[in-house]
Amino acid sequence: MIKFLLMVNKQGQTRLSKYYEQVDIEKRPSLETDVVKRCLSRKKEECSFVEYKDFKLVYRQYAALFIVVGISDTENELSIYELVHNFVEVLDKYFSRVVTQIMFNLDKVHIIIDEIIQNGHIVETNKNRILAPLLALDKMAEAH
Amino acid sequence: MSDVVEKTLSALPSLLSLDSQAGPGKLSSSSKLGNLIKGITELTSKHEEEKLIKKELASLKEQVASPNTTMRQMKEIMVRAIYCEMLGYQASFSYIHAIKLAQQGSVLEKRVGYLAVSLFLKETDEFLLLLVNTVLKDLQSTNLIEVCMALTVVSQMFPKDMIPAILPVVEEKLTHPKEIIRRKAVLALYKFYLIAPNQVQHIHSKFRKALCDKDPGVMTASLHIYLQLIKESPESYKDLTGSMVTILRQVVGGKLPLDFNYHSVPAPWLQIQLLRILAYLGKEDQGTSEVMYDVLEESLRRAEMNHNITYAILYECVKTIYTVHPKSQLLEKAAECIGNFVLSPKINLKYLGLKALTYVVQQDANLALPHQITIIECLDHSDVIIKRETLELLFRITNAQNVTVIVEKMLEFLRLTSDDYSTIDLVGKVAELAEKYAPDNVWFIQTMNSVFSLGGDVMQPDIPNNFLRLLAEGVDSVEDRQLRLFAVDSYVSLLQGETAKLPQRFLQVISWVLGEYSYLREEDSDPGSVMRLLARLLDQRHTSTETRSWVLGAMTKLCSSPVSVALARDVCERYSGSLNTVLRQRAQELMILSQDTKLRASVLPAEGRLESLEVDSSLSFLDGYVSEALAAGAAPYKSPHQRQEELVQEKALSLEPYGLSLPVSLSSCSITDRLTDRQSPTLLSMSSGLSGNSTELSHKEGSTALKLDGVKRVWGKDGYLAQQQSAGETPIPQVELPSPLLSPQSPPSQTQKPSSGPEPDQEKRQLASSLFVGLGSHNSVCLMGRAEPAPRHFRRKPRGESSSGASEGSSDSSHSSRSAAVDNLLLSNLLDTTTVASEGGAATTTLQQTSQRTLDHTTSNGSPHVEGTEQRVEAGGPLSLIRGNGMVAVVPPTHTRTDPQTQPDLHPAPALERPRDLPLTSHLPAELSGLARSELTTLCSDHDPSLALSACRVYKEDALVLLVFISNNTDSTLHQMALQLTCKELEISCISGSPLKEVKGHSVSVCLHTVVMKRASVQVELAGLLSYQRPLGQPQAAQFSLSLSLKHFLRPLTVSTGDYGKMWLSFSHDLKQNLRLVTTEHQEPLTATLDALKGKLHLHIVDVIGSEGIVACRLLQGQGQGQPCLLHCRVHADSLAVWLRSPVPELPDSLLYHCQKALTET
Repeated sequence: MIKFLLMVNKQGQTRLSKYYEQVDIEKRPSLETDVVKRCLSRKKEECSFVEYKDFKLVYRQYAALFIVVGISDTENELSIYELVHNFVEVLDKYFSRVVTQIMFNLDKVHIIIDEIIQNGHIVETNKNRILAPLLALDKMAEAH
Repeated sequence: MSDVVEKTLSALPSLLSLDSQAGPGKLSSSSKLGNLIKGITELTSKHEEEKLIKKELASLKEQVASPNTTMRQMKEIMVRAIYCEMLGYQASFSYIHAIKLAQQGSVLEKRVGYLAVSLFLKETDEFLLLLVNTVLKDLQSTNLIEVCMALTVVSQMFPKDMIPAILPVVEEKLTHPKEIIRRKAVLALYKFYLIAPNQVQHIHSKFRKALCDKDPGVMTASLHIYLQLIKESPESYKDLTGSMVTILRQVVGGKLPLDFNYHSVPAPWLQIQLLRILAYLGKEDQGTSEVMYDVLEESLRRAEMNHNITYAILYECVKTIYTVHPKSQLLEKAAECIGNFVLSPKINLKYLGLKALTYVVQQDANLALPHQITIIECLDHSDVIIKRETLELLFRITNAQNVTVIVEKMLEFLRLTSDDYSTIDLVGKVAELAEKYAPDNVWFIQTMNSVFSLGGDVMQPDIPNNFLRLLAEGVDSVEDRQLRLFAVDSYVSLLQGETAKLPQRFLQVISWVLGEYSYLREEDSDPGSVMRLLARLLDQRHTSTETRSWVLGAMTKLCSSPVSVALARDVCERYSGSLNTVLRQRAQELMILSQDTKLRASVLPAEGRLESLEVDSSLSFLDGYVSEALAAGAAPYKSPHQRQEELVQEKALSLEPYGLSLPVSLSSCSITDRLTDRQSPTLLSMSSGLSGNSTELSHKEGSTALKLDGVKRVWGKDGYLAQQQSAGETPIPQVELPSPLLSPQSPPSQTQKPSSGPEPDQEKRQLASSLFVGLGSHNSVCLMGRAEPAPRHFRRKPRGESSSGASEGSSDSSHSSRSAAVDNLLLSNLLDTTTVASEGGAATTTLQQTSQRTLDHTTSNGSPHVEGTEQRVEAGGPLSLIRGNGMVAVVPPTHTRTDPQTQPDLHPAPALERPRDLPLTSHLPAELSGLARSELTTLCSDHDPSLALSACRVYKEDALVLLVFISNNTDSTLHQMALQLTCKELEISCISGSPLKEVKGHSVSVCLHTVVMKRASVQVELAGLLSYQRPLGQPQAAQFSLSLSLKHFLRPLTVSTGDYGKMWLSFSHDLKQNLRLVTTEHQEPLTATLDALKGKLHLHIVDVIGSEGIVACRLLQGQGQGQPCLLHCRVHADSLAVWLRSPVPELPDSLLYHCQKALTET
């Protein structure tokens, strides 16, 4: 079960957050700061999974961008680790320059995530199918 | 609801014009977001950020309100609002506009509108209702993209109550020609299932269709529903095993289109999902497991590629193989696989390997042996997460021989960590291991000292509670005295040093122990020394008020010598003026008791501490108070389990700093209110086996301790373990018992080591030999011991043997044989006759015969025999017929007869008018005669002398039948009769539908109701109301009440010892208590006690071995259902230690009350 997905930069600023469990928005920043601190303090040679309270964090770094996923203890860490990569590959396929583009296309990144994860479960991993609705939307918008 | 939108819209007429100008606006607004983001990125302080966002929000607010804002602009505004909320600043003014955007925007705008809604709103938000119409409209749209996005938002959040409004449309989409629509419809239904499972019950057949959909995406989506369904009730879906296996085989075999591949691995996440489903299906089910062996093996074989994702699949596969019914060949292959993980240089794989190993060693501790060196390397790994995971693994393979080394490693870790969550978790584990496997007293006390020092005030409160109970328990054997004495000595020296660093919780433990057991120190030492130390502690600034009250309590117990009394007086003078009421009270107590030796001796008797005290754990004396409070509107009490469960259910991401909600509240229970607090350790000094809730908690919260969810325990049942052993791992290094010295370096191994991996250096070798000692040869005992919340080591000590001066070694071995006996008893693998013989002696055979005989007795009746006063109805009594109206009309027989069973006390007042003195029991329906039943009770005879009501209980196998006899003692007929029985704890149903109408003069009518308990409670009150009318009279009503007790609803549960063992492990609610033993002349105390319980409470004695017996019963509930409750009884000193377990939280508590009562009455 996935509890949240965060995209943060090296300075620890949140670029995107999506929660699958209710967290009051006032409390999110402190949670995110805490989570990011834990991941940023890890060394390269250390593993990509961190225990955090009663759940686990899986994080992966792409240049200056960190993607952190909070998961329950029963989840398979490595499969989430790879899910993150699949997600990044999808972003890569859609945007030409991932890191800057995702900042300015918050809505589209969310639309992509909505296709991959719902209610904390992985619902689609096929890249073509993940992008199909978004591409259709783009086409419609162009036609307008 | 659409009205609301309409009104809002009419207030802002300009918004209604769907303005979708394309053009240059796009760039500028996108740069607005860009500017915002850039602005934020450049900021350096939180304060500046706040200022900037506030400004942004103000401008957004202005723009959304402006009539000139187009939908396109609105879309950009929404994205910026999303951004602000993401940074933690509420933009609630935009919520309604998000809904409007979803309603009115063109496609991309609409999508952003929906997106904003799903990000802004909670599932419970009433705003969501405004969305229903839009969703419904879009679902019916001809534009597939709109249908798609509507389905997406529905599967993210939707108001539960509005599901029926869109359900038919969503269902319709299941047959849509486009796969994406079908897939999203399935996901929407999954959401409905999650939030309102009842609403989609009728479409289960459609789920099956989705599972068989020709499109793999739709099939995959349906697996989410099935994972959930199968998890909840695997039994109902066993028939799907074949389909799941076929699907997995096709996926693994590469039958899916290529775009489902991820790095050339076919649909890895789908494989993982399927493996999880198979694990649920095959768990504890040999037949089903056999169906999947082939595909599991194929999965293992196929996942050869060296990529992370194949390891993720392998990990899942290994877990499944070790969850389903075991197949040795497959297990070996899976174990081999783990080697690839653990030995991998990649740190992530190593981590997962440790996790997998942690999972499988719970089945077979030997699996850790080939990886000893790796495990030791991981133990000293620079990565703290790897270290932590390794400790988790070691925790699972701890036994009596390696405990000192493993605990030392855990303490080492604890000293370095600053993370509260790890501390709480690990401290609990150390305490558990220490209690279970401690080699000697010195070690135990020193380890517990470390636990208390390191765990400080964050640890679970049950740790000190259990520790104190352990000290207090047991008879005054030499060993117990030594343990206590050692604790006292160790605390005295601690108090002589610097106390400022000791946590308050530890100081409280110290105070209590010193108060109770200082007298064990030989008299040669200065009598006032402990008192002085306590007084010093009392005066220290860092000592908290709560601790001070513990200290004063301890002093009260100690002031026996003149020196102490003087000290006490001095202390009292200072504290009797304290502002804190509790301290003041303690000081007063101390003052009075220190002056009055006699009073002190009777209040705090030095020698009376060990007597066992009967505790009414159900607090029945409070029943009156409780019902009053309930009537006044108080919330009903919830047991800790229930609260915990609810907490878990409600629990979202907890943001309180490591708050463990329930235990914290417990920790606030302090000694300060010793009269009301059941957990207070002072009470423990008097009752040896008091079952506080803390045990249950530790079990529940024991997630910190033992994670056994999803762990199969088929091992042992078929003696599989033995096979596994003989299948042969590397020879087990035999090392002599570690010396009781505390050195982590145990004596080096004498035998050769398995040569796996690189040649380890001497130090690692030594560590390995001390860590993995005891695996293999002893593991059956250890594994079994672990399968249940294991009995505490110290508590298991055979008390009677201590006089023989047993050495540590021999006490250890007797420990293991005893626990083996329990395991045998519980798991019924092998009835170890030698153990039985050694413990129970020659009496065993007779005992078993006795129990056999009594068993036969019960089963031959088919119904329980209830209390001595009950009679059987003679067959061939007066004819009775049951009419369709639930009444039995009885024609009084014409002949008179004298019946010996007539009960003169039945109708005291209107005796003369009674219809011909016939026993009411003769009115029993024929099919109920022959069943055990209770005496007749008169109900409200004083209301109307011409009408008599009485009731009788008949104990049917599947229900309690309650009969109400209505005797009309006049000549006139009673009309308009209606009988109403109400009780919220009971489920009452009239045996046949329509109500009774009339009762003729001088006749008796009987109403039959079956009654079962909805929730286990000790005793319930049933309220009855009979309304009737006499000819030419006013309607009248008679009220009565009847109390029914839990025992009326208990029935024997006939299970085999094997089933008992299985059930025992699967029940989570438990309770322990010491009960009085019944002593008779001609029976063993255990048999006599069990027979007494059986006779009074209709329990079924499953088995008796030596000094232990297992008993089972069920509580009637619903049609043909019953809630089981299992009892494990052990004779302990001169009381009976009873351990109850049930899947229902309330049942053990209520049953215990009745057991107690039954034994007191005997």
